[in-house]
Amino acid sequence: MIKSIQELEEIRKKALEELEFRKQQGEGIRIVVGMATCGIAAGARPVMLKFVEEIQKRNLKNVTVVQTGCIGLCKYEPIVEVYEPNKEKVTYVKMTPEKVSKVVAEHIVNGKPVYEYTIGYEENKEANK
Amino acid sequence: MNELSLYILDLVQNSIEAGATFVKIEIVEDLENDIFLISIEDNGRGIPKELINEVTNPFYTTRKTRKVGLGLALASQLAKDCNGKLIIDSSENGTKVKIKLQHSHIDRPPIGNIVDTLLLLVCGTPDVDFVYVHRIDKKEFVFDTNKLKSALGEGVPLNLPSVQEFIKEELSRGLSNLFGGANFND
Repeated sequence: MIKSIQELEEIRKKALEELEFRKQQGEGIRIVVGMATCGIAAGARPVMLKFVEEIQKRNLKNVTVVQTGCIGLCKYEPIVEVYEPNKEKVTYVKMTPEKVSKVVAEHIVNGKPVYEYTIGYEENKEANK
Repeated sequence: MNELSLYILDLVQNSIEAGATFVKIEIVEDLENDIFLISIEDNGRGIPKELINEVTNPFYTTRKTRKVGLGLALASQLAKDCNGKLIIDSSENGTKVKIKLQHSHIDRPPIGNIVDTLLLLVCGTPDVDFVYVHRIDKKEFVFDTNKLKSALGEGVPLNLPSVQEFIKEELSRGLSNLFGGANFND
């Protein structure tokens, strides 16, 4: 199953560099994707993969993507929570892979949450219907 | 849920919820006997005896966030739809869920994108060890995070970007061989 030793050694070296960088930077950004039945059925898998892909592509070393169980708001799935050190948590709702690109570009890279994808915006919209 | 790989993703979440540190996912496609078997085995805390008959009830859930739990209910329905059965063996040392389906059944969903499912499980829960075994008649593909961890050396978490990329390639290649050259990256 494993590639050549040489290749693996290269990956190992790269991984250790990434790890070292993470350690030096301290706690980075955590992206949490709801992955219970409702989330999966609503399309959480492509959303999470898009995050993983974007983070690889942009070489964002200090961002981790993890999954969690039920967040408890099925009608808003797929839900994504972004935790930044010393900042309030941001909850994005009804996520799609297209929205992920924007969230990564504006929020993760530039620190400006995308308000129109957040739960606050969604709830306001529903209240004003 | 129109892919078996999504059912698998969903059921493994139960194992993770149950505090498992090891999950074995096994798929056996026995074409001669027309069987498609999915088994998910974990070392989590298990399902209490008195609840074992409740778990496929969609209105039963251990979570506190809402009143329905659909994971095993959907799996049970899937088995019914495909002339198969759902078998759950559980003790305090872990749980084994088996979904047995008729391989050629018109309603059996395709395996779907199992690479994506495995990638998310490995990267999304880096502390859990996964073994994935997929057999089609006599051909076999095995992916074992434990082996990968020892190959990469101590202390390299599997959710680093460069490792993730490597895992994706590894899985795509292995499964594509198993399926006789089908491409997973489309």
